[in-house]
Amino acid sequence: MKKISFFLAFALVLVSCQSGKKKSSSGTDSSISLSAAGATFPLPFYNMSFDKYAKLTGEKVSYGGIGSGGGIRSLKDKVVDFGASDAFLSDEEMTAMPAPIVHIPTCSGAVVVAYNLPGVQEVKLNSDLLSKIFMGQITKWNDASITKLNPTVKFPDMVITVVYRSDGSGTTNMFTDYLSKVSNEWKTKIGSGKTVKWIAGIGAKGNPGVAGTVNHTIGAIGYIGSEYAFAEKISTALLQNQAGNYIKPSIASVSAAGKGDIPADTRVMITNSSAADAYPISGFTWLILYKEQNYGNRTLAQTEATLKLLDWMLGSDAQEVAKQTNYAPLPAAVVAKAKAILRTVTYNGKPVLK
Amino acid sequence: MNSDKILKYVLFIASLLILLIAGGMIYSLFRGAIPSFHQFGWKFLISSKWDPTQGREQYGALLFIAGTLFTSILALVIALPMAFSTSLFIGEYFRNTRMAAIVSTFVDLLAGIPSIIYGLWGFYVLRPFIVSIGLSPQGYGIFTSGLILAIMIIPYATSLSNTTIMMVPNELKEAAYSLGATRLEVIWNVILPNARSGITASYVLAFGRALGETLAVTMLIGNANIIPTGLFSTGNTMASVIANQFGEASGLQLSSLIEIGLLLFVITTIINAVGKFIIKKMA
Repeated sequence: MKKISFFLAFALVLVSCQSGKKKSSSGTDSSISLSAAGATFPLPFYNMSFDKYAKLTGEKVSYGGIGSGGGIRSLKDKVVDFGASDAFLSDEEMTAMPAPIVHIPTCSGAVVVAYNLPGVQEVKLNSDLLSKIFMGQITKWNDASITKLNPTVKFPDMVITVVYRSDGSGTTNMFTDYLSKVSNEWKTKIGSGKTVKWIAGIGAKGNPGVAGTVNHTIGAIGYIGSEYAFAEKISTALLQNQAGNYIKPSIASVSAAGKGDIPADTRVMITNSSAADAYPISGFTWLILYKEQNYGNRTLAQTEATLKLLDWMLGSDAQEVAKQTNYAPLPAAVVAKAKAILRTVTYNGKPVLK
Repeated sequence: MNSDKILKYVLFIASLLILLIAGGMIYSLFRGAIPSFHQFGWKFLISSKWDPTQGREQYGALLFIAGTLFTSILALVIALPMAFSTSLFIGEYFRNTRMAAIVSTFVDLLAGIPSIIYGLWGFYVLRPFIVSIGLSPQGYGIFTSGLILAIMIIPYATSLSNTTIMMVPNELKEAAYSLGATRLEVIWNVILPNARSGITASYVLAFGRALGETLAVTMLIGNANIIPTGLFSTGNTMASVIANQFGEASGLQLSSLIEIGLLLFVITTIINAVGKFIIKKMA
């Protein structure tokens, strides 16, 4: 017994060692390598643009797609140069960080609504129908309210199977944020967040999980990240936007959602955008970093490398990569705002980028 | 230093490491779960509310515990007769025949298949089959998950029980035969009493594996956060909710997920202890 408790005590000592920071940035090494982690939603875009950047400048960037929550945790623990998140940090989350941080939007994405109805080509939905379907209040495809909106479509007498994301996700956050904006009942019953308490349907993991489940379940409806849906050419429903137009999700209509009023710190959900040609369930994704870069053992060179990369991400080179990887590029006004934010980042209190 | 001493040290360090790792795991689970302990206390075990929406966060593990136990018990119930007959087939009836060798190879093969493959097979083959025979409209839920779990644990239960069945001394069986016992009587009166502790142990092991299985279940159970209401109801399991929500969780939600991990650890430990107790009683 004595021996066992000795072992356990030793185990405690070993575990508590983990709080001691490991720091491996060597000042003598001339080539700087950057590391980042976070959201999986923009992963293909980041991988391709960081690759391109490495070819242009020789600077390697490693990015771990560990989820937005993981990205925020990694930045909080100061183990990455910058993090990535699909949802901007709330005021409480901002104050919980050890130092002030800034948000840099990099591209926009959207959430599309996919369905599995053999023989049906095009479905139009408005916000009221969408919220009622996902709350389990409309349970049949030939419900009068659906057929009224789609007079030319012949709907089968079929049960609607709702498919949602079982994992925490920025896609869910964007989707439920939109529904909370347009439906009071949704807001009080379900609310918005990366995971919410669903009251109808079944869950599947990740975009491929939802897409696969919808694809193999006749009568199913689900929501999928646009980058995945565009790449896989999944047929999607047209949604009515705030201006009353039925909009097909596309890179152009998602990009258009960013045209409205954007605050100076870019922390805004652009769902339910007022622009006439905007797809209503669109949103930015952000990179996050500390405003004052002299922390830990960070050198000025490391800071410069980080900021140059982020500045390049906002340029036309990287924004073109966004389009190739099925993300929507940022509107010019948002790029200007993001570039202005980057120039407020300091090292020892002095701005780094000119 | 002589080689004997070196070996002694190597063995000592290896065993010490196991203890350290296990102790470290328990410690980090406890530490991570503390905020959830403080917030919910014992209610965590009996509440089935899982609402991560900010502003009205509320977590309880009951529905996940129920889903885990339902699927695992169903799996055990289905696997038990299958595994028992197969192990008798290999270990006694067709012992040392070519047929037994083939069956035994395939059982081992099943044990080696990664769980994602079972999940895919369940999703693309088993689930549509269940839909086509009209058992359930979409095929997701407790029954499909339990069935796939049963197939996954059959090899574990089989290979261990057939080893113990084979270890029953031949002298005993020969003695029984010479007294005029039939084959069934030998199985019932000689083999089973001698091998039952090993057979029980194999089922306990198999049950433990069913409890912790994640991927295949996630793909088939429907991931609906409700207490299952029947065999074809959807639900969710402890391992599945951790795998699903861990990546984006923070704060209280993360702590609650860690507490579920701790609970899974505790439940597995209890099952193992019960298994050991049964083995001791029977042996």
